[in-house]
Amino acid sequence: MQKLRLLTDKIISKLMLLFTVASVSVLFVIGIGLYYKSIPILNKLSWGQLLGSSVWKPFKGLFGFFPYIMGTLWVTGIAIIIALPLCILTSLYIIEYAPSWLKRFLIPFVNLLSGIPPVIFGVWGVLFIIPLIQTYIAPHFVAYSTGYSVLAGGIVLAVMIFPLIVSIVNEVLRTMPQELKDASLALGATKWETIKKVILRKALPGIIAATVLAISRAFGETIAVLMVCGNNPVVPHSVFDTGYPLPALIANNYGDMMSIPLYDSALMFAALLLFAIILIFNIISRVILTRLERRMAG
Amino acid sequence: MTRRKLEEQFFKLLMILATILVSGSFFLIVGTIFYKGVPYMNWDMISKTPGGGFYIGKEGGVLNAIIGSMYIAGGATILGLFISIPVAIFINMYMDGKKFLLDTLRMVFDVLFGIPSIVYGAFGFLLMIYFGVRASLLGGIIAVTLLVIPILVRTLDEVIRTVPGELRDAALALGSTRWETAKVVLRAIKPGIYTAVLLSFGRAIGDVASVLFTAGFSDNIPTSLHEPAATLPLAIFFQLGSPVAEVQGRGYASALILTIVVLVITLLSELLLKRSYKNKI
Repeated sequence: MQKLRLLTDKIISKLMLLFTVASVSVLFVIGIGLYYKSIPILNKLSWGQLLGSSVWKPFKGLFGFFPYIMGTLWVTGIAIIIALPLCILTSLYIIEYAPSWLKRFLIPFVNLLSGIPPVIFGVWGVLFIIPLIQTYIAPHFVAYSTGYSVLAGGIVLAVMIFPLIVSIVNEVLRTMPQELKDASLALGATKWETIKKVILRKALPGIIAATVLAISRAFGETIAVLMVCGNNPVVPHSVFDTGYPLPALIANNYGDMMSIPLYDSALMFAALLLFAIILIFNIISRVILTRLERRMAG
Repeated sequence: MTRRKLEEQFFKLLMILATILVSGSFFLIVGTIFYKGVPYMNWDMISKTPGGGFYIGKEGGVLNAIIGSMYIAGGATILGLFISIPVAIFINMYMDGKKFLLDTLRMVFDVLFGIPSIVYGAFGFLLMIYFGVRASLLGGIIAVTLLVIPILVRTLDEVIRTVPGELRDAALALGSTRWETAKVVLRAIKPGIYTAVLLSFGRAIGDVASVLFTAGFSDNIPTSLHEPAATLPLAIFFQLGSPVAEVQGRGYASALILTIVVLVITLLSELLLKRSYKNKI
């Protein structure tokens, strides 16, 4: 009986180890698999051609990712520029100013937003943001716009990353030592001066980590952006131009990728690019956050 | 002096405006979906599969997509749970003293959590080509399982960490093995497991990019794992892309269905979280 129990424990522990190793190795298997599939195109075209060329003619074997990369960068950039200040101000209000009953009310709403599926954000973008840009915003700046633009993509993405940034910045602000605030307030600083000169400065690494994480989230977002960006493979030059981000490229073309030589390899290369960038950004932000956590604990 | 006060007032106002905008965007989105979706909502939408002329505006509904989504999200969550419960227990109970390895493992799951669903979709597609599986319910479930494992592991890990160490110590001191102790811990985190399941299900049912390549699309309700399955988000996407106004309207109604499902799931998980906190001392 005693032996049996110990044996069970041993077998189960090995089994669990197996599961753990298997699920962790998914990360490496994805990287290797995507790289393996990208080899044909990497052999045919140089990195410079792939990343720097704007010519996208799959039938002629020409795959220039530059417009797609620029599309992704524009959309992500706009999203961060909109979301970051709004989210920092919101977090500051929630943590530093809001009375506790309001706090209890506000935080769940930010969480609810994070539960909404991407496709719903896309539908909302089409129904609300597109007409808004088309009839109210664009006419002030350009002659004509359908509304489908990198700006629309940026706004939709900004709303999608609100909950992510707010929740991390909230966490960071919550760990700020009370003594620090007290010292500043005791010296006669106003609350805002304390925030500006003490809290924000101390919270900077955390805010950077949140931003990096938000960028990587925005990078990979597919369907919502695809629905509102116009998907025209040209490098955008203004916020009212259409764009064609990398994830949208993958999603839109999986259907024909088996019929054209090298096309599947090109799309897997796009996926590899996304994977690598997001991997690096995620590691950077997690390292910053873990260090912060440890410093707060110790 | 007044300038400093003014600055304080100005920024406080700015913060309030930002907060209204950020928390208000939830109402804006849900409001828009309700406003546009309710006029097209009817019983047929949720009780019928697409009829012959569905895509030119004739009769039918999206029952195929609702069932397909339920199958995929349910299957992936169950399969994911089978994998993530052992993982969460292993990293919490069998790795004492291996701090560096533990931190690295947690980091890997954090990173996996950050990998976008389109990459899981593309990878799932590669797996399917490799094993010769065609776009099907099975393919969709596998891709979505990969997507939800990090969510489940992270949530379960966090919940297990809140279990008081004394509980474990007591079980161990009574002579139980680590696995028997794990069973005690599992009983203690039951509400947490429900929360993890809801989170995972909510994410799985709303995701498009992972099922786009892997699950295919079909007007019929799948009867076996090898048949292609429609999913609700993908149905919304297709209907919205249609030039026929009636079909677009059904897209809004489908969006309304998905929004309601997801809101109910999120509210349930919030309530569960509240209850599990109440039970704590």
